Amino acid sequence: MERILFGDNQFFGINHLSEEKARNQAMRFQNIDSVIDVLQEALKAGVGGFMCTTHDTIEKIADRVRADAGAWEGFTFYPGMPYAHKYANAVTELGYFDALRKFLPKDGLVDTMLRGGMALLNRDIEGMMTLLVDAEMQMFEGLKTPVIFLQNVVTDLIQGLGIIDAFRIFADHCQTRYGARAGFITMNLPRLLPLLHQAGIENPIVCANVNKIAFRMAGGIESYREATARYPARVIAMSVLASGGIRPREAIEWVVNEPYVESILFGASSRSNIIDTVNLIREFDGRKQVAA
Amino acid sequence: MPANVAVVGLGKMGLSHLAVANALEHLKVVAICDSSEVVGRILQKYTQIPFIANYEKLLDLPGLQGVIIATPTTAHDWMVRKAIDKGLHVFCEKPLTLSSAQSRSLGATAAAKGLVAQVGYHNRFIGTFREVKRLLDAGAIGTVSHIQGQAYGPVVLKRPKPSWRAKAGGGGCLYDYAAHPINLMNWFLGTPETCNGAFLKSGFSAEVDDEVYATLGFACGATGQISVNWSDHSVRKMSTRIAIWGTSGIIHADRQEIQTYLTGTTKTPPDYKKGWTVRYITELTPPVTFYLRGEEYSAQLESFSESIVKHKISQQNSFHSSAETDETIEMIRAAAESGGTVGTYRHHEAMPRRAGFVGRMMGR
Repeated sequence: MERILFGDNQFFGINHLSEEKARNQAMRFQNIDSVIDVLQEALKAGVGGFMCTTHDTIEKIADRVRADAGAWEGFTFYPGMPYAHKYANAVTELGYFDALRKFLPKDGLVDTMLRGGMALLNRDIEGMMTLLVDAEMQMFEGLKTPVIFLQNVVTDLIQGLGIIDAFRIFADHCQTRYGARAGFITMNLPRLLPLLHQAGIENPIVCANVNKIAFRMAGGIESYREATARYPARVIAMSVLASGGIRPREAIEWVVNEPYVESILFGASSRSNIIDTVNLIREFDGRKQVAA
Repeated sequence: MPANVAVVGLGKMGLSHLAVANALEHLKVVAICDSSEVVGRILQKYTQIPFIANYEKLLDLPGLQGVIIATPTTAHDWMVRKAIDKGLHVFCEKPLTLSSAQSRSLGATAAAKGLVAQVGYHNRFIGTFREVKRLLDAGAIGTVSHIQGQAYGPVVLKRPKPSWRAKAGGGGCLYDYAAHPINLMNWFLGTPETCNGAFLKSGFSAEVDDEVYATLGFACGATGQISVNWSDHSVRKMSTRIAIWGTSGIIHADRQEIQTYLTGTTKTPPDYKKGWTVRYITELTPPVTFYLRGEEYSAQLESFSESIVKHKISQQNSFHSSAETDETIEMIRAAAESGGTVGTYRHHEAMPRRAGFVGRMMGR
């Protein structure tokens, strides 16, 4: 995994601090060329790992990358799924079964299962989950996806419900079907690690908020340290700047020195912000090495 | 010792409550209940939490202390009543009932029995809106003249199939969406005394309203306007905004930030200055032990469990305070029916085709 990964929130009008700013970004990035330009800037700055949702727009980006492989040397998709709003809205609007009908690729599968009754339904839950993963992965066909992430709303829903099997099913499917590692985005890292261990997933790739002011770090900084010491994990730090709650220099100096952090995920909309952030990470990484 | 609770209704909100309750230290989910056997049995298998299809049997479960109810609004009244009659604490999704009189009666019964009775108005647990309340209580913007409550979201973006929202009343934009900003306005200024110029408009939905607009008058002399539309394509998820004008300042607040302008003619609170001050959710949100979709969902259930454990019955979002919102909703509905507008406004479309029997059954 790359030391620095690039995120996609800024492209979809997601800003945890300001709705106004989010709207401005949504306006700017509704033009796919603007997204492509920023991704090219990131790639030129040495940040080729792109962690993205399975939003429709990403499909268009994947098309561009496939069409011009030469221009995207060193660029890698790290998909995170599902784009949860689409499912949540469908469930509320249609009910569970019609929602499944809408998203599962094979016509009539849900009906077959319902006709088969409970026995068949139970047996096919695992198959159904993997089919949903495949439906989301279609847009990346022919592209390298070394890690496939489960979005935090799903990871945390599953961990809250205690459906530990689901983590194993997901991880196995990523491995066998895509030759990929499973990754887990979570807002509850200290609580998740023992559950992944229980599911038989050792040294998991986990992406979570890691920032100096402990913003949305459920359990707090100390419990992150304790949990990762006890259950080793490859942690990708996100929300490093706490949505602007910490000055960049201070934020990055701190996160670079958290011992369990393997990669740092950040999003930016301009060339200068990308370069500034990358330089800060490299500067403090360099100092750390000298000190060691 | 955690409080033993059951989650009733396993739709989107029910599942979310189940996950949060199951993860919180002070709640133990001992059973789940839903009208769908299939959903219940699958969840039982994977979560190991016993599924009980029959609500009355569920209430008789030995050791059960409380229920979290997330069923369609029309079922709230009888389900809550039965739970209270059994001496159980209740957390109920919003709106509490379709009648403020019913809601008040439930609140009175729960209080008489010393039971915790809370409603899921989660916005009151969001740091920015709590800060608005704190500023108003401190008199930071002087005498309030006007409040604006808005909420927009992408819920109904095309002709919907018939669903639980429409089946037996309660389930339009007014009850399911506008209830949130209305509840915040009630928190900040109380129950309005008058309502004028109310519009309940249907754009896409044939059976319920999609847009709510009304002007309110409060006892303190302040006026208010509510503007809610759940057929807004441009936003990614529900966005609720409050703006308040006072004699010595104004406040704009949403989920992320609170912007205040203070004239300096009244005492300026610490952390604020004359002119503009912007504060963000990052500094206004107390941490929670488990996070799913927002701190507020955990914070409200933490409050519920704490109230049970500490025998505290006057917690945030009591049935009584939620009845104020039910009453405001009734006022808006009445104003729309007499002199305002219900349905389409100068706009006619063909009625939708009715969904078939199977579609109705599966559409919940």
